[in-house]
Amino acid sequence: MAIRERLSGNEAISYAIKQVNPDVMPAFPITPSTEIPQYVANYIANGEMDTDFIPVESEHSSMSATIGASAAGARALTATSSCGLALMWEELYVAASNRLPLALCLVNRALSGPININCDHSDSMGARDTGFIQIYAENNQEVYDNFIQAYRISEHKDVRLPIMICQDGFITSHAVENIELLEDDKVKNFVGEYEPENYLLNAEQPMALGPYAVSNYYMETKMAQNTAMNNAKKVILEIGKEYGEVSGRSYGFFEKYRLEDADYAFVIIGSAAGTSKDAVDALREQGMKVGLLKLRVFRPFPDEEIAKALSNCKTVAIMDRSEGFRGKGGPLGAEVKAALYDYAKDVKAFNLIYGLGGRDFTVEEAEQIFKDLEAYDKDGKEFKEYRYVGLRG
Amino acid sequence: MSYNFKQEMSKPERLAPGHRMCAGCGGTIAVRAVLRALHEGDKAVIGNATGCLEVSTFMYPYTAYEDSYIHNAFENAGATMSGVETAYNVLKRKGKIDDTYKFITFGGDGGTYDIGLQSLSGAMERNHDFVYVCYDNGAYMNTGIQRSSATPMYADTTTTPVGSESNGKMQNRKDLASIIAAHDVPYVGQSTLLGNFKDLHTKAEKAIYTEGACFLNVMAPCPRGWRYPTEDIMEICKLGVETCYWPLFEVDHGKWILNYEPKKKLPIEDFLRPQGRFKHLFKKGNEDLIVQFQEEVDRRWEELQFRCSKY
Amino acid sequence: MAATDITKITEKSNWQDLTVGNQIYGAGTSRMFNTGEWRTQTPVFYSEKCKQCLLCVPVCPDSSIPVTDCKREDFDYDHCKGCGICAKVCPFEAISMKEGQ
Repeated sequence: MAIRERLSGNEAISYAIKQVNPDVMPAFPITPSTEIPQYVANYIANGEMDTDFIPVESEHSSMSATIGASAAGARALTATSSCGLALMWEELYVAASNRLPLALCLVNRALSGPININCDHSDSMGARDTGFIQIYAENNQEVYDNFIQAYRISEHKDVRLPIMICQDGFITSHAVENIELLEDDKVKNFVGEYEPENYLLNAEQPMALGPYAVSNYYMETKMAQNTAMNNAKKVILEIGKEYGEVSGRSYGFFEKYRLEDADYAFVIIGSAAGTSKDAVDALREQGMKVGLLKLRVFRPFPDEEIAKALSNCKTVAIMDRSEGFRGKGGPLGAEVKAALYDYAKDVKAFNLIYGLGGRDFTVEEAEQIFKDLEAYDKDGKEFKEYRYVGLRG
Repeated sequence: MSYNFKQEMSKPERLAPGHRMCAGCGGTIAVRAVLRALHEGDKAVIGNATGCLEVSTFMYPYTAYEDSYIHNAFENAGATMSGVETAYNVLKRKGKIDDTYKFITFGGDGGTYDIGLQSLSGAMERNHDFVYVCYDNGAYMNTGIQRSSATPMYADTTTTPVGSESNGKMQNRKDLASIIAAHDVPYVGQSTLLGNFKDLHTKAEKAIYTEGACFLNVMAPCPRGWRYPTEDIMEICKLGVETCYWPLFEVDHGKWILNYEPKKKLPIEDFLRPQGRFKHLFKKGNEDLIVQFQEEVDRRWEELQFRCSKY
Repeated sequence: MAATDITKITEKSNWQDLTVGNQIYGAGTSRMFNTGEWRTQTPVFYSEKCKQCLLCVPVCPDSSIPVTDCKREDFDYDHCKGCGICAKVCPFEAISMKEGQ
């Protein structure tokens, strides 16, 4: 029987970490992810798990030590937010190119400056090309479920890439929600033991990691990484399905919410999908055919699948919670539009920016955007693209 | 721990030849000496900050190490080895491994004194059971001889070039061994390449087999950056010690110990003269620069003597 | 897992043939790279003059003076880069440097 609880997103992921019981967790506090190392340290202090926690002196060191531990043969992870992720940037690439299956619990927060502790996706979106797998969550349940699946994806022999489990700062990390937890033994059986083939502490065979590689090797190395990332697609789907068999909650690349017959749709990531679903429901009551696609997996990017899911829509709003500073919108907009260009040219898509630095995104705003999509389609009314939702002035 | 020189020389080599370090490189001599202090049968993981040593000893697919090896980046060798050592403790506790491993990380003065100081400080303060070895050649040699905080005053480097308005580096070098000693770690040693290597070997063995975070600072001249003929390295190291520019000392569980006191301290000119990077100091009119250099050497030497005399 | 056969990894290898994450399994593979070609001067060992003091051994940056049971052998010319440190430290003139390879 699943365990019914009420937990915040940080509590939920910490509980999942406790159940998975990895070997090493280096971390450095930063709002809003600070609670994760706190909860883990408490579990350890009370003998509820036997992970070794390393209280490092910076996020650069937390990812560096996570890399060291993972290379040594341990199941390792860290947690961070915002500037902490920015500080470990260099190491994200190193973890990925070394093909180390480690986990990073990211609590999304706006990047400085100005300094701001609230949610947007500028931190993880900036890290989208580092070679990490990126999985996002709408709510605390998904945060928990995503973490339980993380190592199965990341450690898979066809993948062997680091994984970033993302949730929205404060909105999910600190808000308490009802949640269903799996029993410890179910988690243990699902995740399994980590048995790397090669690692630094393998007494049978030394291993050397992190070479200087001349240009004759560099592109070949990147292609191998890219292939592993493509392989991750199949693995993510398999694990998401298998998880469904254990928990009753299956996962794919994205959730389609009332999208099948929708004329107007959102593409959105994270907690604001919940807000948008309310708008969808309200407008459906009024007879508008609206729906949404909530993207769960941003890396690898399921471009063809997204385009096909949107192919029957007339107009689509791609909702970015981070700026791209290209004068034309954000990263989600750029990538979804590229996917539509390749696979569903007839769908007209607009890119909007919302929720930067924790700016509220309301049901009313979502409804208005759907109405604007319809007005463009039916009446040819200009749709103000690349606009900031809820901006004053 | 007695030192049987010939037995030590007969041990299997732990740094294989075929690496791409320059002919006459002091860093490599230091690495060999430190690795030789590992007891036969003990396994090791060697860490490395980015630098000459890293790009030359592990060029894909050629590793010069007989042990496991990890290079991560420039500024994080301390943190990286913290993760490796912690993994070892956990995996051992969980019964997943049973061999004995020792952990040794090498970094140049760039990766140690400068960009990697925070990561090193963190690892030392947390007292991970490993040895960090700085092979100090007093400049960023890998990128082409730029000054570091380990570069001595008045050295001619590519970012402190000597010119009509410049006498080279304007600042004194950082005293890193003291900084690490102030972390109250179990063992800090300063050494260089000398004679039969007893000093460096003994200190390396102590550092490796003392539980907790230990640090070695090893002066390892770079013939290219210091501009002297490659074959003169041992003479230059000896002059560094005899002039008290590079004193041999250790801080063993807080106790400062001077390992060698020259019977007759040689003038600093003897150390500076063979090195092209100090050539300008010997031009007419620059005598006062050498006087200043000598004053700084004397001041530090007296301070060290005072620290060591307290015990 | 078997040691990496580095003879199969060259600058012409296809991407599928490189090791995952550029990891190398095994040790001391640098031995297969010949740095002896770098020499512009070469040490010559006069075994009759050698007293087997071994002071030349630790000063070699290229681990190119093999020792067996406390006795040194001739140089490993595949790897010696000819820096001349050994000749300089030898107290018995048992090593001299000659020009060229």
